Amino acid sequence: MIDTIAQYPILAALIALVGLGILFGGLLGFAAEKFKVEGDPIVEQIDELLPQTQCGQCGFPGCKPYAESIANGDAINKCPPGGQTTINAIASLLDVPAPELDAEHGEEADLKTVAYIREDECIGCTKCIQACPVDAILGAAKLMHTVIADECTGCDLCVEPCPVDCIDMLPVEEGIKEWHWPAPVAPANLIASDRRATQ
Amino acid sequence: MKTWVTPGGVHPPENKHQSLTLPIGTLPLPEKLLIPLSQHIGAAATPCIEVGKKVLKGQVIAHATGPVSVPMHAPTSGTITAIEHRPIAHSSGMLAPCIEITSDGRDKWKKHEGIADYEHASPSTLLKAVADAGIAGMGGAGFPSAVKLNPGRQRPIHTLIVNATECEPYITADDSAIRERAAEIIEGIGILSQILGNPSNILIGIEDNKPEAIAALEPLVLDTGIRVASFPTKYPSGGEKQLIYILTGKEIPSGDLPADIGMVCVNIGTTYAIKRAIVNGEPLISRVTTMTGDACGINRNYDTLIGTPVSHMLAHSEFNEQACSRLVMGGPMMGFSLTSSDVPIVKTTNCILAPSYDEIPDDEPAQACIRCGMCAEACPVSLLPQQLFWYSQADDQERLEAHNLFDCIECGACSYVCPSNIPLVQHYRHSKGEIQKARAEKIRSDHARERFEFHQQRIEQADKDKEAKRAARREAAEQAKAKAKAAPDSAAAGGNPMGGSAADIIAAAQARAAAKQVSPEQQQAKFERSIAGAEMRVQMAEEKLATASDSSTDEQKNILNAAIEGAKQKLEQAKARLAEHVEQQNGEQVD
Amino acid sequence: MAFKQITSPHAHASQNTSKVMQLVVWATVPGLIALTYHFGWGSLINVVLATATAVIAEAAVLQLRGRSIAFYLRDYSAVLTAVLLGLALPPLAPWWVVVVGTLFSIVIAKQLYGGLGYNPFNPAMVGYVILLISFPIQMTTWITPLALLPDGVSHPGIIESLSIVFAGLNPADGVTGATPLDSFKFSDGLLVDQIYAQNPLFSQAGFAGVGWEWVNVGFLIGGLILLGSKIFTWHGPVAMLGAIAVMSILFWDGGSSDSPGSALMHLFSGASMMGAFFIMTDPVSSAASNRGRLIYGALIGVLVYLIRAWGNYPDAVAFAVLLANFAAPFIDNYTLPRTYGHIDRRRATEKEEDQ
Ligand code: SF4
Ligand code: SF4
Repeated sequence: MIDTIAQYPILAALIALVGLGILFGGLLGFAAEKFKVEGDPIVEQIDELLPQTQCGQCGFPGCKPYAESIANGDAINKCPPGGQTTINAIASLLDVPAPELDAEHGEEADLKTVAYIREDECIGCTKCIQACPVDAILGAAKLMHTVIADECTGCDLCVEPCPVDCIDMLPVEEGIKEWHWPAPVAPANLIASDRRATQ
Repeated sequence: MKTWVTPGGVHPPENKHQSLTLPIGTLPLPEKLLIPLSQHIGAAATPCIEVGKKVLKGQVIAHATGPVSVPMHAPTSGTITAIEHRPIAHSSGMLAPCIEITSDGRDKWKKHEGIADYEHASPSTLLKAVADAGIAGMGGAGFPSAVKLNPGRQRPIHTLIVNATECEPYITADDSAIRERAAEIIEGIGILSQILGNPSNILIGIEDNKPEAIAALEPLVLDTGIRVASFPTKYPSGGEKQLIYILTGKEIPSGDLPADIGMVCVNIGTTYAIKRAIVNGEPLISRVTTMTGDACGINRNYDTLIGTPVSHMLAHSEFNEQACSRLVMGGPMMGFSLTSSDVPIVKTTNCILAPSYDEIPDDEPAQACIRCGMCAEACPVSLLPQQLFWYSQADDQERLEAHNLFDCIECGACSYVCPSNIPLVQHYRHSKGEIQKARAEKIRSDHARERFEFHQQRIEQADKDKEAKRAARREAAEQAKAKAKAAPDSAAAGGNPMGGSAADIIAAAQARAAAKQVSPEQQQAKFERSIAGAEMRVQMAEEKLATASDSSTDEQKNILNAAIEGAKQKLEQAKARLAEHVEQQNGEQVD
Repeated sequence: MAFKQITSPHAHASQNTSKVMQLVVWATVPGLIALTYHFGWGSLINVVLATATAVIAEAAVLQLRGRSIAFYLRDYSAVLTAVLLGLALPPLAPWWVVVVGTLFSIVIAKQLYGGLGYNPFNPAMVGYVILLISFPIQMTTWITPLALLPDGVSHPGIIESLSIVFAGLNPADGVTGATPLDSFKFSDGLLVDQIYAQNPLFSQAGFAGVGWEWVNVGFLIGGLILLGSKIFTWHGPVAMLGAIAVMSILFWDGGSSDSPGSALMHLFSGASMMGAFFIMTDPVSSAASNRGRLIYGALIGVLVYLIRAWGNYPDAVAFAVLLANFAAPFIDNYTLPRTYGHIDRRRATEKEEDQ
């Protein structure tokens, strides 16, 4: 044995390589088992990142279905309420490049809005109640309805069904409590391409 | 006394002498005073007075809202002329609810007196008096003092630290107050110690650049158990966390309060206010504020009424607007710029700084971070400001938190030393705000998800119910049809001589009746089915009520309750009908 | 009355980046004087030529990137890079060597990565290494120190130096020679004592190598000045020099024929001092925290010694610094300082703290 190896040094190299391969393979396998990280299923993780507006602008009946669809390989840029932030977050979760928002599904709004029912115009048709994905509208047939502003996700699904057009989407005002310093502008740090983009 | 040394820190020029040449002065009574309802941490006070009412000095004009809040008092006598949104002292320059008092010039006190025998009063009596006097921490943060002094029995206090550090340049409010009011301050500390159950350790922490103040305190603390601890001047020694470390060598665990390690730290101005409240019965309506900066001819400390407009103060200090580079409330390191001089002095205002362009020039444009690490050398809490800056620019919130962004006390030492003039602290403030916003949004979106899932479930259940009902109806109809088909044959076999359509109809009716008669078991089954259905509905409604009870409004609950009632009624009816039917059957059988 | 909305702090220390860079440039003067005294005008020409090239190149790139030229040139970082590269290059190297190296430093290693503050590698050392790999002959032709010039030969004067650099004139015989590290490395088969006795570079030296020891002393003085004015902390330089010393003491075998040399020789030869105080202290590409800088410096020291002792190149500061630049982010990840109120340090990638 030793002699043959001495005669064909290539054998020694082969044996060493194969041996090392087996050794490290085993080690890696062991480590993978031993230090396995139990993660949320990917759908849950994606759903975590979606804004839960439930507006359906992505073409799915709610955020969860879209999350499922993304998990099955759908494009990640169909959520206008989440905007670029959400796209980036999902991209980094899935380790894929972050595309820009698909304009087909709408534009990213710069202001958060909530629905507001002009109550004296409401005829109590309950149509908006049925449209609301998060049960944020309160009322009963023939009685005036109102929106629980804290529960409203701003999806604006209730606006369309209203037969008397008494629902407005109003911007949520930023109060003194929510105010925080804006990021300092550093004009000197902008490179030419950035500057073009911001203009 | 042994003191410890914090890491980092800077030594900006002190500039304290300017405002110390004159004793504490008073300003002429301003014509109008503006009292913001939120001058403290916690809920804004609720006004308890209408426009047009006359008030006396010291009268309550707004109640505390909830436990973490303080009441507001009229700083002088006069008339309430407005309760509305006005610009207040806030970096945003935004408006907030305020009460405006037009002074009547008489400055007439309401009747007030202190707690006569306060030395023997119980801590709770004293605490109530502190709360009623509207005292909130006067060092800058404005935390309601009564809350701070009541850490609860599970957190016994062994160390009381009185913060007389005043480490910010320019500010001398505490220094001059100690010089002139040392006896009352010591009395106040005595009351504090009484409230806290006589902690074994009482320390006054003061920087060694205030020898006069130290000299004023030292003779008074002999035999009182209070110790005056002076330590080398360095900014920022006056931060609560820094001072506790300097005096005791202990750190407050991140996210905890000093009370969690048995310590309470109060500003020296607060001790004075507490003395005035307990002994003299005066609510907090004035404070010592430093007016300084080269854009003002007169630099001195004033005993200022809360609510005095800054412009009033400037007008009496030979202010030169052209020379003023910016107007700062607070010191040059942590103070915030005011966009308008109409804002009022509040309980936390220790300084108004109106520097000239020579003193504090406009900011130079920021250059690139060269990662020189001077900021890290200066940081008193051992952060890596350059990394925070890097991640803040990239908006990498995870890394920011991993680099302990939220332990940054925004002292500004890093920006102060940064050779590239990077507004580091603004980056951190921005990122903190963004992260908080993201957290709030996360909570909202989690909530929305829950509600959406509940909604889905509800719809599904409703659909299922509908489907089940439809199926039941269809089945019944089919059975009836089958019966009907069978019946005409038998009727025909029975031999109806007339035939024809009328006979058919009659036959059909008979058949139907027969069908009914023929299958009492079936009928019983039907009744039983309807009972089961009703029972299920009751159960469902009750379940919904149970899950809803902690999250939904009363209105929703009422609706659910009504639903339960209805379902129960139906159940009763169904049961009654079944009972009737069974009786009938039995009777028939007997016959 | 309306006033400006400005974030705190309002006060600012008087230090600024341009001043820091200028101070570092000035601190190289003792080293430059020593170089010029012992090796003639070459180094000075290198420095001037490199600086001119760097300023022009930087301005050109800034123009292309659409940024304010005056604003960025005023930070003096390009000048500093050029000065350091000029000092590191062999005196009397052909002009195109200097120009190519500087262009590479400024355009590729610095500006293409985003300019000052964004370059992961030390630009001067990138330029140097590129030159060393591409033009080994020009880069290893050093000048004989003044004290060892053959009789009757002197260093070329300023005019002659210029014509050597720009017109490719050959310097007189005996003007070029090996460096101490070079000759030490390639004196195989001789005991250390023999080398010291036979080689005039050592036999006529005070403590490390003729000329070179003074150049290193010059950079040491400049470095101490910078240290004194708190431009950088002591951690990096001390760790690097300490590591070199420890390594050479550890591997000192009493002076056998393949001994890598004494600690004194390593500390005061080649680019040791310049590396410790001027190259590795480049903050942009080094580790961020003090603890990180200790590790970073020690890593450079060890690498310098390893490459000098067993590598192919006689000096190694440039390679060592670049290798350590690679490691800097990794070091940063594990060397976050312990923040007030936290029980332990955490890692930069940790989301939650281990309690
Ligand atoms: S002091 Fe300024 S330039 Fe230096 S590392 Fe900190 S942020 Fe960067
Ligand atoms: S502002 Fe924050 S990061 Fe800067 S020195 Fe102060 S604590 Fe450190």
